[in-house]
Amino acid sequence: MKQGTLRGLALILIVAGLYFVTRHLAVFPGTRGKGIAGQSQAPDFSLPDLTGQKLDLSSYRGKVVLLDFWATWCDRCRDEIPHFVELQNKYGGQGLQIIGVSMDDGPEPVLEFYQRFKMNYPVVMGNAKTGELYGGVLGLPIAFLIGRDGRISAKHIGATDISVFEKEIKNVL
Amino acid sequence: MSLPIKFRPILLIFIFIFGTVAIALTSGVLAYQASLIPGSRLINPDDLVKILRSPNSTKPLMIQVGSHVLYTQAHIPGSEYIGPASSESGLQLLRKRVEPLPRNKLIVIYCGCCPWSHCPNVKPADDALKTMGFTNVKVLYISNNFGADWVEKGFPVAKGD
Repeated sequence: MKQGTLRGLALILIVAGLYFVTRHLAVFPGTRGKGIAGQSQAPDFSLPDLTGQKLDLSSYRGKVVLLDFWATWCDRCRDEIPHFVELQNKYGGQGLQIIGVSMDDGPEPVLEFYQRFKMNYPVVMGNAKTGELYGGVLGLPIAFLIGRDGRISAKHIGATDISVFEKEIKNVL
Repeated sequence: MSLPIKFRPILLIFIFIFGTVAIALTSGVLAYQASLIPGSRLINPDDLVKILRSPNSTKPLMIQVGSHVLYTQAHIPGSEYIGPASSESGLQLLRKRVEPLPRNKLIVIYCGCCPWSHCPNVKPADDALKTMGFTNVKVLYISNNFGADWVEKGFPVAKGD
């Protein structure tokens, strides 16, 4: 094969690779939400987890809670999950508890995903009422950081870099 | 730059592997990327609202092809929930709903679950309607999400099933 052809082929593949990376792997900065965030009390809820057991948010008072609204069909939500698993491992001993609120229509894909990604924190099945309690979850992902006193200290709309979460978690732990 | 002949087979193998992986992954992503929907098939929220508010315009069939939980919180009044078109079951429900309709019926599909380029639902829905021969389909262009680009702009909203 001529060297020119080889170079052309390599260029095409590099462009394809870059296209894939920018389209799929790039982390777009999330935005800090307004409204409910900013020291307001996190609305309590009682929702079934993936085993059908009720999970009460109030039972986590005293811990720092990262509440993640997500869905299995949301690619940017999926991208964040391994990072949340990492954060739970790293800071769980210091009082961090991540809780996932799935906005999927049913638990089947969530359970499959939970096992496949070896998630190490509870996931509950969300509903419209819970979404409305938190100011309307009308786009995913949305994450709330709740302090030990039960107040919301940060809200992030859209995919957010793990370093931002980590910094905020360290601040409130 | 000249590469010694003995290294060329290695380079070719590397390019082949890299290329295969990149193409496979990219095609998987492209399968649902809303960014690939031609601009001629899109409608902006402002323009859709004008149609809905105009007493003389023909009202479209509006179908939400995303999550039911999001639909229940807020949707366009008069629109119907079908199911996420990223799943085969959602697509089947969509096909069943529109099958009896004339192929020139104005249909508007929307989702708003995610930023436009990450929405997994509108592209498969648009493709399905195109394949069925519908000639008057518009996809609502929602840049960020339904909350930011519709609800917060004060456009009409309904709640519940």
